Amino acid sequence: MLKPAAIIGQVILYGAFAAFIGYFATSPKYHQVADDVALIKLSISHLGERECRKRTAEELAKMPPNMRAPLDCPRERSDIRLEVDLDGQPILQTVMHPTGLYKDGVSTIYKRFEVKAGSHRLAVRMNDNLVKPGFNFVKEERISLKPHQVMVIDFNPDQGGLFFR
Amino acid sequence: MSFHTTLRKGASSVFLRIEEGLDGPFGGADNPLRHLGALGLYLLWIIVGSGLYLYTVLDTGIDAVYSSIAYLSLEQWYLGGVLRSLHRYASDGFMLVMTLHLIREWCYGRYHGFRLYSWMTGVPLLWLAYISGIGGYWIVWDQLAQVSATATAELLDWLPIFSEPSARNFLTPDSISDRFFTMLVFIHIGVPLLLILGLWAHVHRISHVDYLPTRRVMLATLLALIVLSLLQPALSNPPANLAVIPGELDFDWFILFIHPLTDLTSPAIVWLLLFALTALLVALPLLPHPPPEPVAVVDAANCTGCDRCLADCPYAAISMQPHPLRPGFKLAVVDSDLCAACGICAGSCPSSTPFRRRETLVTGIDMPQQPVHALREQLEQTLTGLSGPRRVVVFACARGADASGLAAADTVVMPLLCAGMLPPSFVEYALRGGADGVLLNTCRPGGCDFRLGDRWTRERLAGEREPHLRRTVPAARLQLSAAAAGDESTLSAALDDLRTRLDNEALAGEPLPPYLRRASNHA
Repeated sequence: MLKPAAIIGQVILYGAFAAFIGYFATSPKYHQVADDVALIKLSISHLGERECRKRTAEELAKMPPNMRAPLDCPRERSDIRLEVDLDGQPILQTVMHPTGLYKDGVSTIYKRFEVKAGSHRLAVRMNDNLVKPGFNFVKEERISLKPHQVMVIDFNPDQGGLFFR
Repeated sequence: MSFHTTLRKGASSVFLRIEEGLDGPFGGADNPLRHLGALGLYLLWIIVGSGLYLYTVLDTGIDAVYSSIAYLSLEQWYLGGVLRSLHRYASDGFMLVMTLHLIREWCYGRYHGFRLYSWMTGVPLLWLAYISGIGGYWIVWDQLAQVSATATAELLDWLPIFSEPSARNFLTPDSISDRFFTMLVFIHIGVPLLLILGLWAHVHRISHVDYLPTRRVMLATLLALIVLSLLQPALSNPPANLAVIPGELDFDWFILFIHPLTDLTSPAIVWLLLFALTALLVALPLLPHPPPEPVAVVDAANCTGCDRCLADCPYAAISMQPHPLRPGFKLAVVDSDLCAACGICAGSCPSSTPFRRRETLVTGIDMPQQPVHALREQLEQTLTGLSGPRRVVVFACARGADASGLAAADTVVMPLLCAGMLPPSFVEYALRGGADGVLLNTCRPGGCDFRLGDRWTRERLAGEREPHLRRTVPAARLQLSAAAAGDESTLSAALDDLRTRLDNEALAGEPLPPYLRRASNHA
């Protein structure tokens, strides 16, 4: 039979156990970003271009009829150069490498930028074939971000290349 | 002494003091700190039970999952709401208890030798428990789930395991489909199933496993969690919206602490910490530690194949095989990798009785470092040297309170590998050999370094377990105490109690008949 003091002690200790769990199960509250901050997520997954060579008629004639592809394309994909400017200041300049042992996979990037909410000038430039100079995809726009808003920079060749959403 | 040993011993001292402090209100059997493994398993069953109900009522659609859980918490608060809260708080409790269990076993140096298997199988369970916990938060698909899912994906993307960033799955609200939730539910069931399988392996090499704590602990724990569930029900945050970063959130620091840690540092540092901690836990047994004690040895000629050592061994180190010399009989066989060298088997062996007349007492299973024969020799020699009106023999577990200070002209102290290695017949042998009383000190209930030594000793002396102490031994001449290391005052007080009792004239008039081994007929 438990003594009254032991019962009281157990009640206090089980109560402390429950209180400890109850408190740290919800508190202290977590604030991932400040109230006046918005988020720009840059997420691109794209296959770099390949430098293909047109086969000559002699070459094609030597090949089996079912394998006479007019272009000779290497397996490797080009690196992709990417630059992002915010309000005229570069915030990212990188080169994305193709994945895979033979460098024939997609080049990917995922970055997040915390920026002050408000109006900004955002410019994104991308070159998916580094044999050629410059950038073959460019998107520049004035954006307006509300506090805690998430804006995504993505790329889809079917939607015209770079786009913001 | 290395830094690790100093740290471990310091932590062990603190843990032991807290543990002993809780013995006051709880007692050894109900002390949660002494039964953290069993308490963890109990919390897991609460999680499983409440989870089964939640699984049956959960709708696995983007909007439906949130509304079906909200319905439970708000409309069906008396059942679904309480069960949801129990599910969450028991999960938090499980994490807490699991961490304390890990710290306790490390403190007490229980990670090498015969405990290596349990230690190593416990390490992956930490990962499985946290994966299960984090996955559970995603199912609700509220803002907390959004933060956790996105942060976890970003953390995983730091590792070179995905060809495309998994965080791309959480870019925009239309990135998530109903199929994601179906997959999530399967993961949240599959990983806990792996956890349960891992737990089975974790306790596989010990016997008499405490799968559950005592009924009182179970009821009190459940009651505490139910009260918490009613006072502070687990509720969802606002629904997830991947187009917006959630603001201030109620946050579960037991399970989701890894996300703020990542925000505060970087994915690289978090992975480094996680892998370093795991590697450290795996490497701990490789650190220098005391050499293993000699293991139990079976004497085939004296082993009767009675199974008692098999029944009492705390670590399933004994198996019974056909006796090579006696057809139809069995023989105990010791697995040296599992043997803890506690001697509990020697205490359980009926051949260990000191009343046998043989000059050399060879028992069925014995400890080379403290054979039963040597124990009898020591007892016989010291008994002849005792003087005074109240001659007392103190049998003391060497891992419990230091009894050496009790030695006196009328008191002899005999340290034991573990109290459980003392055959109960030694108590009667001491009394019939000239002692007026016997004090037997065990570790505190539930605090035995070899798990079951104190329990088997109490049960044997109470006649509840074989081999038992004969009823003809007056209970008043035997004092059982439970004093852990550092608790010498309790041991001393127990001896004073025994001496006071022995002063009783009526008791003094009931001595046991003396026994002269060399003149007896025992084999």
